[in-house]
Amino acid sequence: MLINCPYCGPRDVIEFTYQGDGNRKRPQPASQDLDAWNAYVYDRLNPAGDHNEIWQHSGGCRAHLRVVRNTVTHEILSTAFARGGHKSAGHKAGGNQ
Amino acid sequence: MSPRRTETGGRIDRLRTIRFTFDGAPYTGHAGDTLASALLANGVTLFGRSFKYHRPRGLLAAGVEEPNALVTVLRGEVREPNIPATMVEIYDGLVAVSQNRSPSLAWDIGALNQLGGKLLSAGFYYKTFMGPVIGPLKGTRFWMFCEHFIRRAAGLGRAGTAPDTSRYERMNAFCDVLVVGSGPAGLMAAKAAADQGGRVILAELEAKFGGSANWSGETIDGAPAADWAGRVVGQLEGNDNVRLLPRTTVWGYYDGNTLAALERVTDHKEVPAKGEPRQRYWAIRAKTVVLATGSFERPLVFPGNDRPGVMLAHAAERYANEYGVLPGERIALFTNNDSAYRSAVALKKAGAAVVAVIDVRSDVSNEMSRLASQAEAELLAGHAVVATEGGRTLAGLKVQRFELTSGALSGDERSIHADCLLMSGGRSPTIHLASQAGAKAMWNPARQAFLPPQPTQRWIGAGAFTGSFSTAEAIAEGRSAGLQAAGGSPSSAPLPVVEAAPGEPDPAPVFEIKAKGKSFVDFQHDVTAEDVRLAHREGFVSVEHLKRYTTLGMATDQGKNSNVPGLAIMAEALGKPIPEVGTTRFRPPYTAVSIGSLAAERFGDLKPERLTPMHDWHVANGATMYAAGLWYRPMIYGLAGETVEQAYVREAAATRESAGIVDVSTLGKIAVQGPDAAEFLDRVYTNMFSTLAVGKARYGLMLREDGLAFDDGTTWRLGEQDFLMTTTTANAGKVMQHLEYFLDVIWPELKVTVTSVTDEWAGAAIGGPKARAILAACVNATAVDNATLPFMGIVHGEIAGVPVMICRLSFSGEMAFEVYSGAGYGTRVWEALIEAGKPFGLVTYGLEALGTMRIEKGHVTGAEIDGRTTARDLHLDWMLSKKKPFIGSAMMDREGLIAPDRLELVGVIALDNRALNGGGHIVEELDEENPHDSIGHITACCYSPALGKYIALALVKGGKARHGTRAFVSDPLRNRFGPVEIVSNHFYDPDGSRLHG
Ligand SMILES: [Zn+2]
Repeated sequence: MLINCPYCGPRDVIEFTYQGDGNRKRPQPASQDLDAWNAYVYDRLNPAGDHNEIWQHSGGCRAHLRVVRNTVTHEILSTAFARGGHKSAGHKAGGNQ
Repeated sequence: MSPRRTETGGRIDRLRTIRFTFDGAPYTGHAGDTLASALLANGVTLFGRSFKYHRPRGLLAAGVEEPNALVTVLRGEVREPNIPATMVEIYDGLVAVSQNRSPSLAWDIGALNQLGGKLLSAGFYYKTFMGPVIGPLKGTRFWMFCEHFIRRAAGLGRAGTAPDTSRYERMNAFCDVLVVGSGPAGLMAAKAAADQGGRVILAELEAKFGGSANWSGETIDGAPAADWAGRVVGQLEGNDNVRLLPRTTVWGYYDGNTLAALERVTDHKEVPAKGEPRQRYWAIRAKTVVLATGSFERPLVFPGNDRPGVMLAHAAERYANEYGVLPGERIALFTNNDSAYRSAVALKKAGAAVVAVIDVRSDVSNEMSRLASQAEAELLAGHAVVATEGGRTLAGLKVQRFELTSGALSGDERSIHADCLLMSGGRSPTIHLASQAGAKAMWNPARQAFLPPQPTQRWIGAGAFTGSFSTAEAIAEGRSAGLQAAGGSPSSAPLPVVEAAPGEPDPAPVFEIKAKGKSFVDFQHDVTAEDVRLAHREGFVSVEHLKRYTTLGMATDQGKNSNVPGLAIMAEALGKPIPEVGTTRFRPPYTAVSIGSLAAERFGDLKPERLTPMHDWHVANGATMYAAGLWYRPMIYGLAGETVEQAYVREAAATRESAGIVDVSTLGKIAVQGPDAAEFLDRVYTNMFSTLAVGKARYGLMLREDGLAFDDGTTWRLGEQDFLMTTTTANAGKVMQHLEYFLDVIWPELKVTVTSVTDEWAGAAIGGPKARAILAACVNATAVDNATLPFMGIVHGEIAGVPVMICRLSFSGEMAFEVYSGAGYGTRVWEALIEAGKPFGLVTYGLEALGTMRIEKGHVTGAEIDGRTTARDLHLDWMLSKKKPFIGSAMMDREGLIAPDRLELVGVIALDNRALNGGGHIVEELDEENPHDSIGHITACCYSPALGKYIALALVKGGKARHGTRAFVSDPLRNRFGPVEIVSNHFYDPDGSRLHG
């Protein structure tokens, strides 16, 4: 699997660390809504198909990327910096998600 | 002259004689021989005993698909089992032994299993070892009782116990075109792609490039096909864009056109050249792959088809033409297709007598009849082999009339005297890699074979792989695939001209001759046609279940021979056509892959190591080094004759008595900088850091998002926006990733950067009653008195002319200081401290004494922060700020995390004055025989010089409430049971008077 880091270019998956489901929403720090915290900490989508994921380029620029990956074919549809802005890139046509 | 070696011919070097042993007996062969061809040339017919029935087995094949002749190769103490003899190139001094026989190959006790054939039918293991449902041997116990014997009786080669001393390498490679297989199709593809200027890798699993060209006996452009292949390889060798990889098996096809290959670099050499690895693992990223992996000839299923001397026709042709070895003197052939006729002619030419060609088809073309006459063989059209005779060699066979559409046998059995029977049951394209790459194979009724699926990845097939079995087609498809793969346009230039024996590619749809006797489908797992039918009768109707129940195709050869015949028999039993039964998907690896090659540089002398700046000093001064992750740290600085315990007790006692110094350079160090650095630390630590004054340090605790404890350490405020965080050695990487994740993903608005500076600083911790005096003696440019350097204070100064940063903090419980300098000056500062300490009795101490002193003080480390404990469990709840939210604050008070019966940190003292062990359990009842109801376990232990006792830290239910009570340690694995007292984890100096001095 190759992940196209917007900063470093296409790199082998061995350089990256999976940092979890990109759909999770962290509650506000002071939130006392335990259900929301529970959902954030434990609930994961597990789709057979396109999935929003966070990957860190730990063996490269160390940026976190939002990656849309098809969990069936392992095709990477798009990659973008998790903190937003700057470039985004995918292996084929398809934009930043 | 060897009994079976032909006078001339073959592609071996007859001038070079090679000596080797098999089962202890000396043999000779020639350069270019495999172990299989060399032994066959020496008249060896018995190569192994079968898996279940211990039947004698000989060579079935000549290549990688060989299921019977598996051997173990010995190199010194290192054994490599289960290698097909057909894939072992002989070298001087090769030592190989046969497998699965006891006491010897010729006389095998296990062969008695044959007499009890019914016992070992399909599902035998499942049925038998469910075991009785009652009694002393019920269920699992019965299985364990039997397993001991079965493991010895059934099974293939035995793995060795000696460490593998070989070196392995890993390579990443990139190319425009990877060509897998170097037969005529692969060679043409590689040549065409290379001529387009593409970067080409050509991988061939055998030693020699050329594939079938090396033994087909055909001519290409007027020259023997092997010479043509040699010429093309020569041209490829001269091309800088081409990398040729012989002895390289492409074994995995993964996403993104990434392929895994194993190159056997020195397995064929007596002595590897300097620096050569044994094997090299290749990760190849190819823009396009040309799959030219050829095909396997299939056996026919009939009684006695496993007897030594029964072989595949192509294999015999190959032994004769490539190795100059005749597999027999009187050869019969049994076929359902035309290709065996060419084999008959080839063997006749090589000097054998071809006694008969037995063809299941009554309707044989004139061309084939002519070939049979050319081989001077009797043609028995419309016949089938119904039995074979002999023991360790073939003595003869019996044939009967055979009716193709009904499969019926009729007429009298006729005996034919032959010492070799060749079978040809059609061909199966080697579609394994294509199958791994995705889609399902398609059944082709004409070819009676599964043909490769439509590509789902970027590959192009060529040659026999696609079901085009003639060399002329292979050459045309190869060139076209090579051009297409390299982005060239189709060529109309003339192709090399092939002269080949005539013959149609389609076999008759006959897989099995049903007659009395064991007919083998899977030779390696000893699965018969009757086993398949039995499984069906017992209700196994899905192909995947059938496969597992009978173990068909699940041996190390993964059913390379047996897959299609097995499916055909299942299909017949189910009354369904083959495509409806479906095929199983092939999975990597294509052939066995050594674990060593996968580990490659991550193991042995290429494994990375992290050394602290003072490493050489430690080694030179008697330290015993200890591997902690990738780091090496001094464990003890032992004196002559000292045990480890004596050494650490001396080091710890001397530190508390006067002073000790320890290398703490391995602690994780992270620079946290920026306008929001203090705010960020308030969020990641449970306690406040925004209130920390510049020039002061504070102990901090981090939780995970789920509220459990994560890591601890001190963080130093070097400036308003500049913090130096320290982490535990083991968690340095994880903490860094944790911080980066929150800055990048959760709080991108915070203006903070984090930088790992672990390797920038050398750290020495010096502690003990004399520590301050030692510093005072060597530190310049700052005072170190209590006013200038209070507890948790930081000063900047100089030691031996080197700028240093000193923080007064303590892990040992003594008055202590951490002295940080630039990593390059670490040894210089260290030596200056050692020198200054001499008059004060300063000792160096290692991890053992460090651990001892921290246990005496009751400080926690990774052994207690084990991913299951909370801050409260560790009595660190005083660090949980109520003034602000922090990571984990919302989740840390969940019901289960504040329950009263949680394991809490306590101290444990052995009352019997014997050592305690990590992992030992604490129990309440005195019942050594049957220890039960653990109330907790020991996390760290030592002999405490300060207390004069064996002590430990433990996590125990109830925690503080048990202080002062007695219990027992139970550690059955180490035969340790004894009374303990549960106490506070603060064993030593609980009010901290010593560290304040
Ligand atoms: Zn990057």
